[in-house]
Amino acid sequence: MGLRNFFDRIEPQFLKGGKYEKFFPVYEMVESFLYTPKTVTTVAPHARSYVDMKRIMTYVVIATIPAILFGLYNVGYQVNTAYQTFEPSGWRAGLIDLLGIGFNPANPVGNILHGLTYFLPIYLTTLIVGGIFEVIFATVRGHEVNEGFLVTSMLYALIMPPSAPLWQVALGIAFGVVIGKEVFGGTGKNFLNPALTGRAFLYFAYPAQMSGDTIWTPVDGFSGATALSVGASNGFEELGAYGIDWMSAFLGTIQGSIGETSALACFIGLGFLLITKIANWRLIVGCLGGMIGFSLLLNFIGSETNPMFAMPWYWHLVTGGYAFGLAFMVTEPVSASHTNAGRYIYGALIGFMVVMIRVINPAFPEGMMLAILFGNVFAPLIDYFVVQANIKRRAKRNA
Amino acid sequence: MEELLSLAVKAVFVENLALSFFLGMCTFIAVSKKIATAIGLGISVMIVQALTVPVNNLILTYLLAPGALAWAGFENVDLTFLGLISYIGVIAALVQILEMVLDKYFPPLYNALGVFLPLITVNCAIMGGSLFMVERDYNFAEAATYGVSSGFGWALAIVAMAGVREKLKYSDIPDGLQGLGITFITAGLMAMAFMSFSGVKL
Repeated sequence: MGLRNFFDRIEPQFLKGGKYEKFFPVYEMVESFLYTPKTVTTVAPHARSYVDMKRIMTYVVIATIPAILFGLYNVGYQVNTAYQTFEPSGWRAGLIDLLGIGFNPANPVGNILHGLTYFLPIYLTTLIVGGIFEVIFATVRGHEVNEGFLVTSMLYALIMPPSAPLWQVALGIAFGVVIGKEVFGGTGKNFLNPALTGRAFLYFAYPAQMSGDTIWTPVDGFSGATALSVGASNGFEELGAYGIDWMSAFLGTIQGSIGETSALACFIGLGFLLITKIANWRLIVGCLGGMIGFSLLLNFIGSETNPMFAMPWYWHLVTGGYAFGLAFMVTEPVSASHTNAGRYIYGALIGFMVVMIRVINPAFPEGMMLAILFGNVFAPLIDYFVVQANIKRRAKRNA
Repeated sequence: MEELLSLAVKAVFVENLALSFFLGMCTFIAVSKKIATAIGLGISVMIVQALTVPVNNLILTYLLAPGALAWAGFENVDLTFLGLISYIGVIAALVQILEMVLDKYFPPLYNALGVFLPLITVNCAIMGGSLFMVERDYNFAEAATYGVSSGFGWALAIVAMAGVREKLKYSDIPDGLQGLGITFITAGLMAMAFMSFSGVKL
């Protein structure tokens, strides 16, 4: 308990009147990362619950673990596969060579370690840059740095393409944290998902590094299209010719952002979130319903010029960021609708939008990110109408 | 029919007057504090837009365009230089009528909108709608569709904005950004979300 004693000893310095009073948020952050927060409800009524913000956020981070592990594996796997034809180059290849791991795509541990050399720099940049802004705002404005930032930074790092330049990663998370969250007052007060705000900002600001066929596997000269961009240009029936069948898209051994390729890993995380009741199942039902309904409708209408019309719903489910967004971003409670009826509508709006953007908008073959942001914008409005409908119904009943 | 439909979808989402052209910002920012008022203003703008664009289209086709006065015997007359002033005149007259109608039949809405109702006259979204109609050579049916749908797009944007701002009442915004500052940031972020439609070819 040496550490606990240490914290107890230095705590008075950070409390009101102490020498480092200004840095209380920093102290509080470190302490509550390591120990259970001491604050308890002081005023009646008391509801006993173990679920505080720290626990919710930690659970979300835990839920991303399958996606992280598989993401590491897949990045390494894609790079190692590309190295079978391309010359290994860069410091990462040098490091892997130095450690004697080799570039064998059939070696899962080697793949994970190689993937780590791509993921770690991105994740560390996210943590450091985002953390600095978070702490600055917390110190100046006197609120606490909470675990919500861990979630934001993890999700943000997972939706980056592995080849993203680190300065862009830094810029994106700074935009997401400051403009997406802190100017509204911090965690729980924002109306857009901060991780997605940062990602969308990068997407529109630097399309060359954030979209296209060459960014998903960071090997010079290598070009690999994502399932959705193949589908948009050639039709999804052609996916087989690119070595993408449904199973590989479901398991995730395809091109894509670091954490989002594997629908399976995302669904494992989603299952965890549903069991622990962090994620609201109504959002999931709404989002699946909207996506399946609208894609079936488009299948039925059909189109001779646009091959994406024919893409069935089970392909929409496993390609691109749909599974990842469904598991970790649609379910984010802050930016979603807050009423039960509203949750179905909000989910359905996102499901509908994702198919709409993918199919009708040739500029963005991937639609989940923008669809969720669009849903975020309309979430408060949906709540408003649900509440108004309730008021009207009750007024009628009690009239 | 299909063309008109795609024109309508385009005017509402892809070329949203508020969030992709940033027209009508003064009212968009000022009257978006409450959803109920925003809905009222949105509907008013939609009505004005739905009337002015086709009316201006008629004026352009039968009075102002080169050779338009052929029916009166003036084949070589080109009155397009009178365009701006006639469009503004039409808008002002229509807003005046709308104001009287609202005052008579919907006094609560009339009072809630206050000075912003007459200000629809100088709302650049309305003027912009008419000018886009001229620039893009819409015929009457297209002008009517464009008027309704671009007005609807603007109304949708301001109502969504009001929803977000009602939610933001519970947030903790830094002193320097309170009020207009955060509203502009919000409008920018909403425009980013609306960019999901940019590039849609219909």
